[in-house]
Amino acid sequence: MFHYIMRRVLIMIPTLIVISAVIFTIIKLPPGDYLSSYIDTLRQSHEAVDEQKIAFLRAQFHLDEPAWKQYLYWVSGLIRGDLGYSALYDLPVSQVVGDKLLLTFIVSFSTIVFTWIVSFPIGVYSATHQYSLGDYGLTLLGFLGLATPNFLLALVLLYFANVKFGISIGGLMEPQYLDKPWSLAKTVSVLKHLWIPVLVIGAAGTAGMIRRLRANLLDELQKQYFVTARAKGLSPFRALIKYPLRMSLNPFIADIGALLPHVISGAAVVSVVLSLPTTGPMLLDALRSQDMYLAGSFLMFMAALTVVGVFLSDLALAWLDPRIRLEGGVTR
Amino acid sequence: MTGSPQAVAKAAEHLPHYVAPEPFDPYSVQKMTAEQERYYLASQWRMMWWKLRRHRLAVISGAVLMVLYGSILFSEFLAPYALNSRHDDFIFAPPQHIHLFRDGGFVGPYVLGYDYRLDMKTLKRVYTPNPAKVQPLRFFCRGDPYWYWGLVQADLHLLCAADGGTAFLLGTDRLGRDMLSRIVCGARISLTIGIVGISISFVIGLTLGGLAGYYGGWIDSLVQRLIEIIRSFPELPLWMALSAILPVNWSPLLVYFGITLILGMIDWTGLGRAVRSKLLALREEDFATAAMLMGASPRRIIVRHLLPSFMSHLIASATLSIPSMILGETALSFLGLGLRPPITSWGVLLNEAQNINVVALYPWLMLPVLPVIVTVLAFNFLGDGLRDAADPYR
Repeated sequence: MFHYIMRRVLIMIPTLIVISAVIFTIIKLPPGDYLSSYIDTLRQSHEAVDEQKIAFLRAQFHLDEPAWKQYLYWVSGLIRGDLGYSALYDLPVSQVVGDKLLLTFIVSFSTIVFTWIVSFPIGVYSATHQYSLGDYGLTLLGFLGLATPNFLLALVLLYFANVKFGISIGGLMEPQYLDKPWSLAKTVSVLKHLWIPVLVIGAAGTAGMIRRLRANLLDELQKQYFVTARAKGLSPFRALIKYPLRMSLNPFIADIGALLPHVISGAAVVSVVLSLPTTGPMLLDALRSQDMYLAGSFLMFMAALTVVGVFLSDLALAWLDPRIRLEGGVTR
Repeated sequence: MTGSPQAVAKAAEHLPHYVAPEPFDPYSVQKMTAEQERYYLASQWRMMWWKLRRHRLAVISGAVLMVLYGSILFSEFLAPYALNSRHDDFIFAPPQHIHLFRDGGFVGPYVLGYDYRLDMKTLKRVYTPNPAKVQPLRFFCRGDPYWYWGLVQADLHLLCAADGGTAFLLGTDRLGRDMLSRIVCGARISLTIGIVGISISFVIGLTLGGLAGYYGGWIDSLVQRLIEIIRSFPELPLWMALSAILPVNWSPLLVYFGITLILGMIDWTGLGRAVRSKLLALREEDFATAAMLMGASPRRIIVRHLLPSFMSHLIASATLSIPSMILGETALSFLGLGLRPPITSWGVLLNEAQNINVVALYPWLMLPVLPVIVTVLAFNFLGDGLRDAADPYR
């Protein structure tokens, strides 16, 4: 197990390095940079260009140096925990980001838990009641969730939440808790607002999860051990719980890797609509204005979250399912 | 059965050896019915079609998609108005309902004209249907002139409003443009973006997955790492970043191709993986070895011998990944990072439905979402059916 973990960690490092290089390239690709467009805007509005500030920003971004050096500065900063300087907000990125990363993490995590809670009973039900009315209905519902663009679902839910239940529009907490330190009241407020984004983002992933769980469980239900268990008189429910269900649980863990990028993607758009204080809207702003350190750090954070999430899900899978061999062929 | 072995041998000795003089026809014993014969002689693709036909939902979805894709050939004709014709007197007009009966008798489809008034308290435009303004719809009529596919000028429409009347069956937007016409014309972009995108991802996935699966070794591990890295990016932020770097001064058509290229470049990984694992298994088969011994080039072996044996699976999985592209385009355009006006796609139309006021005041602006949902559902069901039918011998 230890060797396996070590190997996986060692693979993660080059992966992250390549990802950072790709992100840097993407951000550097468009012609011009934030600073030149900033200066242009100032010139156009006939405002005085603050030479001192320009010089400061030039130095901050190492704009006069070759690209590979800029990349090295950025990466070495990331490793030291220095996320760089946001030109758009005129602040260090770490201050701009604030607890947005934490909130992004909370939203993503709750969405995955929501997906599990919803798709588990539905998946089991539609597998055990294959081709029944309930199976068709629930499957259709899942597909509808998949097919509806989630930003629109967000808008409609927002409207109903506001009109019917009187919950304040958008955001993840009551306005008075913004920029306040974390407290019990703030946590409660966040929890109250969390359900809309979670529902909206989770809607898309749930359908896929239901399909996979259903397919897996259907396969298991046809196997001989299940027939044997039924034949020797185990009640259907106990037979289901005892064997096939455990087998079909694998996708729940294994799919985190596939689910996580989707959840983060979904969160990015939905949070723009719901104006959540997560990374989505800020990433959009940063990308639009070529604020490269901000955008780069966000993208890097999202990618890293995914890589680590996949790693953890692989570990959990290996721990849960003894059939999975870590060192291929060694134990034979 | 009784008797010693000797007795049995003796009995066999006395049995006269008999050979029938007439030639033996195996079919005289077991004659195949016409139906069986048809089944056994059918090609693989024919059997897949038979199997697909049994999946009713998939067939219906296929028909729906055919109608949708057929409609993009005649978008301008099907739309009651030209794409960009504005009606300044009817800004944010709600949908006009089609009526068939009047005073108890059937009079054919007509709509009621609007009376417009500005609510001075809320400054909201109020349109009330006026029962006196009966405006029968006309069919195969002359309406707004348009350039059919940008080539031929014409003004024939399937449906138009009465002379001097209006027919906004799905309402109008903030410039008084007919929503129905815009949705019909938007289909052209939104539907083709999935097809073009999947073609790109198909080519990349086949090439890279094929190379990795056939050669193995370091090429395989390189492609595997590449797939892993691309997959570990959250799709949408990556799309956002890539489309943000498309130059602003590109023409709308270039942006369209840029966006499809981006969608295809990120999407191929799933396909690439499937191709690779199938090839890894298939290249060990005897027929692949036989082809190799006969001196076929790797390219010929992959393209002629290996690919056809799992093409059907690939088509099924491609069908299943078209919806994510359509949704991706919709989301990008909605955020203003994808296609931009004057190009009209469903995502661009939804871009106008960005805030909660729209939901409350002009809900018909959200109607472009309906074709999106229908298309995505249809592709999913069709893909499901294709996947089941992909292996007809089971």
